[in-house]
Formats: sequence, structure tokens, C-alpha cells
Amino acid sequence: MVRVYRPYSNWFYLPTALIYGVLFLVPTFASLYFSLTRWSLFESKFIGLDNFKLFFQEPALVKGFVNTLIYAFVTSGSKVVLGLLLAVLLTSQIVARGYLRSVVFFPVLVSTIGVGLTFTVLMNPERGLINGALSVIGIDGPGWLTDPKWALLSVAAVDVWKGVGLATLIYIAGIVSIPREYVEAARVDGASSWETFRRIVLPLSRPATVTVIILSLIGGLRSFDLIWAMTRGGPGFTSDVIASVIYKQYQAGFYGLSTAGNVVLFVVVTAVILPLSWFLNRREVEM
Amino acid sequence: MTFRPDMRGLAVLAAGTLALTACSAGSLGSSDDSGGGPGASTVTITYLIGNQDQDIKTANQIVKDFTAKNAGITVKTETRPAGTEGDNLVKTRLSTGDMPEVFNYNTGSLFQAIAPQKNLVPLGDQPYVKDLDENFTKTVTADGQVYGVPGGGFMGGGVLYSIPVYTKLGLKVPTTWAEFMANNAKIKAAGGVAPVIQTYGETWTSQLFVLGDFHNVAAAEPDFADRYTKNQAKYATSAAAVKGFEHTQAVHDAGYENTDFASAKLPDGLRMLAQGKGAHYPMLSGVIANMVDTYPDAASKVGLFALPGDDASKNGLTVWTPGGNYIPKTTTGDKLEAAKKFLAFFASPDGCASLSKAAPPTGPYAVKGCTLPDDVPQAIKDMQPYLDKPGGSSLALEFVSPVKGPSLEQITVEVGSGIRKAKDGAARYDEDVKKQAQQLGLAGW
Repeated sequence: MVRVYRPYSNWFYLPTALIYGVLFLVPTFASLYFSLTRWSLFESKFIGLDNFKLFFQEPALVKGFVNTLIYAFVTSGSKVVLGLLLAVLLTSQIVARGYLRSVVFFPVLVSTIGVGLTFTVLMNPERGLINGALSVIGIDGPGWLTDPKWALLSVAAVDVWKGVGLATLIYIAGIVSIPREYVEAARVDGASSWETFRRIVLPLSRPATVTVIILSLIGGLRSFDLIWAMTRGGPGFTSDVIASVIYKQYQAGFYGLSTAGNVVLFVVVTAVILPLSWFLNRREVEM
Repeated sequence: MTFRPDMRGLAVLAAGTLALTACSAGSLGSSDDSGGGPGASTVTITYLIGNQDQDIKTANQIVKDFTAKNAGITVKTETRPAGTEGDNLVKTRLSTGDMPEVFNYNTGSLFQAIAPQKNLVPLGDQPYVKDLDENFTKTVTADGQVYGVPGGGFMGGGVLYSIPVYTKLGLKVPTTWAEFMANNAKIKAAGGVAPVIQTYGETWTSQLFVLGDFHNVAAAEPDFADRYTKNQAKYATSAAAVKGFEHTQAVHDAGYENTDFASAKLPDGLRMLAQGKGAHYPMLSGVIANMVDTYPDAASKVGLFALPGDDASKNGLTVWTPGGNYIPKTTTGDKLEAAKKFLAFFASPDGCASLSKAAPPTGPYAVKGCTLPDDVPQAIKDMQPYLDKPGGSSLALEFVSPVKGPSLEQITVEVGSGIRKAKDGAARYDEDVKKQAQQLGLAGW
């Protein structure tokens, strides 16, 4: 047996393992137990699966679940399409390319809560800049965040504005790493720009697409901060997502119930992402 | 693929930080104590209050007046967020033993939820307890022990109305819902003024048609609160209780709300009322001080009437008891003595005088021997007749029953915005309170 020489002792793992254990493993397993209890911060009582039963009876949950899926797929889809288009634009020979790249990426760096509060002001139906600008050209803008039909989509739009920079960055990296030879060979064969894009750039940036889809889908499924900053799930319950339903239960002091909700959210995200990740990665290998 | 649920991580982190601060605050505190014998040294206690302007102003004034009379005691103030966020903070600090020596918190159902028997110092042996209004002590009593001292005056939940609009149109203060709606129709026909102000940009303000209607519910069904606590009466199935939801829907259906009701906030509502751009604003009298502060005219231009019900002869005001001041069990020794003195000051006429100096009162005080100053705003004066009349006022439901659901404000926003019908909203609220009752471990749920 060959003993691999390692300069560092395994004890070096200890600090990280300790932090990981205390801040992640212990709470994760404790939450599995507490999801089966009704607890206040002062005491807990074991009640079996009642919390899960109650959680699934929650009327806000169905709405929240549907909204979560809508939100996740709308933001994820828009980020893929817009991210790819922006990346193609920003890898071509255009004026001020470096500057434009920074502009697209900049929103990613801003605090989500800050973005949320800013857009809440901009989207105010009576005094907001957006409807003010629309009224100049004669359009009577809707109550972006106060109309139940628009609230969730408005938040999703802001999420896309904020997150598309990251998708673009991943796509730029993917497109730049495509060998120039393919494009040159295609040009020699007389391919048009559209054909080059369709036959070369699109298939070869598949790994980037997979990354963007998975990252933005996970982000969308457990999105909370932006929605909370902009609508708090309102008006009423119309823009509630699973995470905001859980947060409200936690705020109300239903700790057992909200812990059960988190366990459910954990399972749902895993159930969506694991098969998807497996499916997307498998196709990549086959190609 | 790793995934970390945000909430849980955050909660643990918060608990961790709190535990850490608990250690440091504790050790700092004890080093303070070792300063010297009683009398010679000063004792420092901290008073935790809400972070609203009014709370801070009041606390500063009362601390100033208290320390002027008690040279050996220094009181520092610390603020916490209001609403459900504050509830969480109070519970967390109590359970980690990190609560300051004195803290201000709600009475009634929220008071019951912080496990007073386990966490608070009982005050039954204090001489001033007999001077407290019984309506108040009922709401800070657990297992026969009194735990709190009032931190302000009673509040009324009714309709604030613009007196100039009423004089101009020759309207009369309504005592039934039909009269109220007739007034609204006239105001709307006159044009230029929104009949009913609603401010759903701040969701809690949407609940008054339901919560403020409780006197009318209790007048029609005197045992409602009792049966409600025992899971026998429901909002959706009680003819009297569902009215609150129906009224919320009615003003929306009739188009009586201000056009920006969905995004307006409390300050917008107060501005409209004070400037006569809105006629009615269902609200708590607690906001009056703030309004008068910004619009001095409003002191004489805004009045208050109780939410009208079906029966003019039974019409009366729904009353909220003031928040309480409590001492956690973690306060001991010199600090406990100082904290008790501080509470005794709150429960004395001097304390009330100090409160009145800080801000116009929200209503009559809960301490015997305290009187309201003569220059109180008109809306506060309008509360007095209801309180003086036998059977003219009732405590709000949250003070006579521990059952209160957390989602009422979202539900009333939906009902008042036309997203959901009244009956459906009431049924949904009944579902909502079920969770609270189970969490409290009440019998019959």
C-alpha cells in the first residue's frame, strides 16, 4: 500500500468541522426533531406529524407553492434567455464593451434589500417614477406592487434585473472558452451569424446553461429577501411564496410549524433540483 | 448539492449571538454592582421600549422625571422593533436570560404568550397595585398574580373623523352602520373628499373595522369571547362577528376608499384626515398624539366616534389597554429594588403627569388619581362619554381572550381590496386562530 505523503495533519480539519457541525449539522438534525414538536422558546411538546398535517392544510400554502414555482421558472427562464443574449452581445466586437459588461454586472453587487426598497418607491402607483414616466407617454400604469395580478411578476422582474448580470457572466465565460477554430471553420463553410450561433455557440455553451438554470432555479425556489422587502407577500397573500409563508409562521411564534415548513421546503428543493441536475448533466456527457 | 434553509441558519446565528451578548452583558453588569454599599453608589438599570417616536419621547421624559427624584438610580433606555419582529425579540431575550431590568410589552394575549409565571417577577405585593384600573390588571394577570404596571393611557379603537367636513355638509355623528354609510354617500356626492381613508401600505391599519367592532359583537352576543376561547364561537358563523369583515368589504364595494388606499401608509392617512381630504379614518386613538405633533390644527379639527353597529342604543367604544412594564426574573438585588421603584413611579400620579408632559395622552390613564390635562385633543375628549356611560365601552377581544391569529391584517387587506369576500375572509381568519390556540395549548382545540 502506498502511503501518500501529506504535509498537513488531519487535525487541520477540526476547526472547519467544528464550525460546520455546530452551525449546520446540529441545527439541521435538531430541526428534524423540532419539526415534530410544538415548541415555544420556553418548552417543547412532542406531537408527532401534526405540524406537517397543519402545514399542508395552510390555505396560504397552495398559493405560496404555486407562486414559488411561477417565480422560480419565470426568473430562471428570463435569466437564461436574457443572459445568453447579453453574453453574445458583450462578447462581440462592440464599442465600450468593458464598460457595458460592468454595467450589466453592477446590480448583482447591490444589496437585495436596498434594491427591493428602491424599486418599491419607483413602483409606487401614484408617486412612483415608473408610472410617472409612463403617464408622460399616455399610458396609465398599473399598481405594480399593489395589484394582485401584477405584484408577483413585478418582483420577479426586479429579481431578473438584479440577477441577470451573474447569468451573463457565466455565459460570457462559457462562450469565450469555445475554441475560435470552430467559428472560423463555420465561416469558411459559409455559415451566417445566425447559423454560427444556432449550431456552435448554443450547443457548446450548454455547461453554462446548466449552471445558470440550476443556480437561478434554486435561488428562485427559496427566494425570500426580495419578496419580503417589496411586498411582504401582499397585497393580502397574493405574492406569498413558501419561504414567506414559513417566515410569517415563525414570526407568529409557531416555531414547530415553521420548522416543519422548512423541512418541507428542503425536501421540495431537493426533489426539484436533484433530478434536474442529474438529467442536465447526463445529457452533457452523452453529447 | 448543499442547501441551507435561510431561516434556520439565521435563527441559530441570532440565538448564538444573543447567548454571547448575554455572557458579556452579565459580567459587565456584575462589575458595576461591586461599586460600593447602597446609597453611596448609583444603580444602573436598562429600560427596553419600542422604537416608535412616541415610545422614545415618552420614555425619555419619564426617565428624566424619575431620576430627578431618585438620585441613586440611573436608567438607560434601549429600543426594540414593534410588531411581530418585536414579539420574537422579547421572547428570545427572555428565554436566553438577556432581558434588560425593565421592559415594556403588550398586555392581554401577547402577555400570556411570554410565559409570565416562568419569566416575570410578580408585583402583587406592591402597594400601588390596588390603585390600578381593574380593566388593566385583568390583562396583566396570570394565575391570579399581577405582573405589570401600565405604561400609558387607554386607547380607543373607533372612527377618527374630520369635523370641518362634517360641519360643511351638515352631517351628524352616526350611531348605526346605516347612518355611517348614508354619511359616506353624501360625502362622496359632494366630491373632493374621500369618505373612508384606508392605508393598506401599512397592513396593520386595515384591521380596525374588525377589531374596533368588538363592542358591538359583545353587545349582541355577551358570551362571544368566552365561547370563542373554547372553540365554540367562530367569526364566520356568528352573525354579529362577521359584520366587521362585511363592513370592510362594504366600503370597498361602494368605492368609498381613497384612490391610493392600496399603497398609502399611516402618515398619508393622518395627513388626509388632518387636511380634510378624507372624512373618516378607522383607527386607534394612539395615533392622535403623532398627528397633532405634525398638524397642530388637528387637535380641534379631528374627532372620534365608536364604530357604529346595528343597534344605536347599544353603540359603544372598543378599548385597548395600555402596554405594560414588566420586570424579568433575571433582575435581582439592587437592580430589582431600583426596577420596582421605577415601576412604582409609573403607577403614581407623578408618573401620569410625566407621561402627559411627553405627549398628548391616548386616552384616560389606568392609575387612580391620574387626571387628563385640560388641553387634550378633541378626539380624546370624545372618548370620555363612552367610558363614563355604563356599558358604553368594552375591552378589545385580544384582552378578554388569548386567541388572536397573526394573519388578520393580511386577510382584512384582501377583503378591503376586493380580492376576497367577507365571509371567506372570516372563515380564513377562523383557520388562522386555530394555530395560535394550539400553540398556547388551550383546551378544546
